[in-house]
Amino acid sequence: MENLVNIFVKSIFVENMVFAYFLGMCSYLAVSKTVKTSVGLGLAVVFVLVITVPIDYLIENYLLAEGALVWLSPELADVDLGFLRFILFIAVIASMVQLVEMIVEKVSPTLYANLGIFLPLIAVNCAILGGSLFMAEREYANIAEATTYGFGSGIGWFLAIVGIAAIREKIKYSNVPAPLKGLGITFIITGLMGLAFMGFMGIEL
Amino acid sequence: MKEREPLFSRKNLRLLSEPINKNNPITVQVLGICSALAVTVQLKPSIVMALSVMFVMGFSNLIISLMRKTIPSRIRIIVQLVVIASLVIIVDQVLKAFLFDVSRQLSVFVGLIITNCIIMGRLEAFALANKPWPSLLDGLGNAAGYGAILVLVGFFRELLGSGTVFGYPIFAELGLFKIGYENNGLFILPPMALIIVGVIIWVQRSRNRELIEEN
Repeated sequence: MENLVNIFVKSIFVENMVFAYFLGMCSYLAVSKTVKTSVGLGLAVVFVLVITVPIDYLIENYLLAEGALVWLSPELADVDLGFLRFILFIAVIASMVQLVEMIVEKVSPTLYANLGIFLPLIAVNCAILGGSLFMAEREYANIAEATTYGFGSGIGWFLAIVGIAAIREKIKYSNVPAPLKGLGITFIITGLMGLAFMGFMGIEL
Repeated sequence: MKEREPLFSRKNLRLLSEPINKNNPITVQVLGICSALAVTVQLKPSIVMALSVMFVMGFSNLIISLMRKTIPSRIRIIVQLVVIASLVIIVDQVLKAFLFDVSRQLSVFVGLIITNCIIMGRLEAFALANKPWPSLLDGLGNAAGYGAILVLVGFFRELLGSGTVFGYPIFAELGLFKIGYENNGLFILPPMALIIVGVIIWVQRSRNRELIEEN
């Protein structure tokens, strides 16, 4: 349990998707003009990460990693299908996004209306693929740890996009030098937020 | 007989040159930022990354453009992803075989070329509607614009952060450390990449006034 809390806190603050690895920057910059839309996109990312990371964990450990196919027959112990990782992960993500979209549409039309176009866009959000690839690289011990990691990373991304959207709403009224307006100042603010988040570095629970 | 357009007509050359400055994918189109920033601590991985993206982008643009009339539009995203993912696997395997240390340094970011929005963006915006040769040029041009920013950021971060260029200790050779200069450790940290790109955007837009945004 302690271990899970540690992974959770670490993935939100220390290894924040946006500030430490710059993942999902494109939609982070494009959709952060108002707080309302950024909350919608943030929730959708959390949602998809929580679903895809555990599935990719199973694929990685029962199909792709070296020796993962032992459960089929002991002769397959030295088969390494690692080179198929990218194509399988992206296929899982694309189909999961499609599935999630369909389920949400059936179960909760209000949530579906709120998320709107953001759901399909998530398939190409690099935070999602990045989450799965980091999960594979770090070799988490069991599926609970992997799920916690996915959930924490999603929350971290959510915090980052809502934070920058709130700042951007305020900064409209500030006197920014003309060539720096819009994109330029957003980059610099993100950099400053990143520096602040670096204060969490090295935290272990 | 209709006269054929020369291979390097002015229009085609513009496809190649415009993305490097006026229509730069990173600073103007806001595409492909994710991977651009994480790999730029040093110059060498930045250049390797730029070349990988150039390879993937040129060929994916070319392939999708060749198939553009046969792809049903409803499943085009998955077709594009499969083409890109296969090209990225080639790059990844080549890097692992010949440049293992750089491949370790780039870690997951080679894989993330797949979801690099620059590539999907250009496929959607250009390759699906244009002939193969202009598409190839468009891909190469955009990758070059992306690479230019990568190399610029990588150069400043390595120079100011560790005082080297390509690992060559240029500041130590000049004797700057003896007269009290110190490396700025801040430049090695990830947030500094964002601030450098912010400053690049600032410089570019103050030279190119028409790019300035309203707010």
